[in-house]
Amino acid sequence: MTDTAAPTRTELARELGEPMLPRPYVVQQTKRETADTATLSLASLDGVPTPFAPGQFTVVGRPGWGEVPISISGDPAHPDHLEHTVRAVGDASRALVSARPGDTLLLRGPYGVGWDVADGVGGNVVIVAGGIGLAPLRPALLQILAHRPRYRRVFLVYGARAPHEMLFTRQLEHWRGRFDIEVAVTVDAATPEWRGHVGLVTSVLPRSYLDPDATLALVCGPEIMMRIAADALVTAGLRPDRVKVSLERSMKCGIGVCGHCQLRELFVCLDGPVFRYDRVAALMTAREL
Amino acid sequence: MKDLTQLLSEQPIFSDLGNDMFALVAGCAHNEHFGVDEYLFRTGEPADRFFLVRRGLVALELVRTAGSRLIVDTVSTGEIAGLSWLVPPYRWNLDARAVEETSAVSIDASCLRRKCDDEPRVGYVLLQRVSSAMYQRMHAARVRMADVYGVPAND
Repeated sequence: MTDTAAPTRTELARELGEPMLPRPYVVQQTKRETADTATLSLASLDGVPTPFAPGQFTVVGRPGWGEVPISISGDPAHPDHLEHTVRAVGDASRALVSARPGDTLLLRGPYGVGWDVADGVGGNVVIVAGGIGLAPLRPALLQILAHRPRYRRVFLVYGARAPHEMLFTRQLEHWRGRFDIEVAVTVDAATPEWRGHVGLVTSVLPRSYLDPDATLALVCGPEIMMRIAADALVTAGLRPDRVKVSLERSMKCGIGVCGHCQLRELFVCLDGPVFRYDRVAALMTAREL
Repeated sequence: MKDLTQLLSEQPIFSDLGNDMFALVAGCAHNEHFGVDEYLFRTGEPADRFFLVRRGLVALELVRTAGSRLIVDTVSTGEIAGLSWLVPPYRWNLDARAVEETSAVSIDASCLRRKCDDEPRVGYVLLQRVSSAMYQRMHAARVRMADVYGVPAND
């Protein structure tokens, strides 16, 4: 027996760059966001932080239940504390939403190209989220707010089906209370107690921008919502190459090998999931792919 | 204090109208204020006017069953509250309730319809502008039918 412990498989994988080998993480905390959505706070069992860029995703699974690609929703300034906001849609994601503190999950990644919010430095940033699309944008917003003086006006526009389906409600209230970010929230329908906007997410987009050429927009949500919002932003004067969207496809391997996420010449998991709108606008309305 | 012509000119729907048209519309206009939870109009009542919201927020509510309402849209600064005044039988099919302190210019519908009948050129221009607002609202309603915040197939 030597006095130096042999490297674990995880350490070897990291050194060798073995991207398909999952690392074990423990669930530290869970927070129910809506009836079918929860945010899981995770820490790696080996204690090694997981640096990530806003907009990147991991492939995460509960042993025995399969794995799913999930965008990271936490603060990139805290890579030792990984957050994922998961909506229960199928068996794998239901198993994640029902995870409890102490459970072990297996993660691969982080993968993919993120929002690269540095593109917006010196200008305005408009963040447009629909439904669970606020989760992948939250790290971008947190990073922007951590370096707030580098940006001019910052807008957050959030649309959801109904008030009870909104994510991060406490944090939304906090952001609304700040003077350095303009927050607009709308829902599709509401009961009379609701005191906010009701209507399509485009109805609460800022109507004018100080400098459209110097404005960066980050849009995330279901594809139809992103297309409508991106088109509205372009109509309002933003350049399509200054609008970014995050595409969802059937991402399996996460590294562009299996081909499930292929979108014509693009591999969403490798070339994206975040793309400039001018690069994918035509693909988003293609009749056949 | 601003006069009605000035207030009207600030409304996007009337931007760039000629002075003669402003004067014509202003002759049918009143300045109004609504407190929180005060109704601008109610389902089934005659649609005898419409509102251009200058400031505030108005909820458009659909009566589902007696005692049960659903907000299906809101109208905010610069937008029109009320379209039923344009189409027979000129009756509201929604409730409109101020959810914030709301100031609006109200337009007497029969007065404006009469002037539009007398001056078809004015009527055509106004109809084009109101139609644009109607189209946007109809398109938004269609898009919302597609459940735009629904679950992407990814599991």
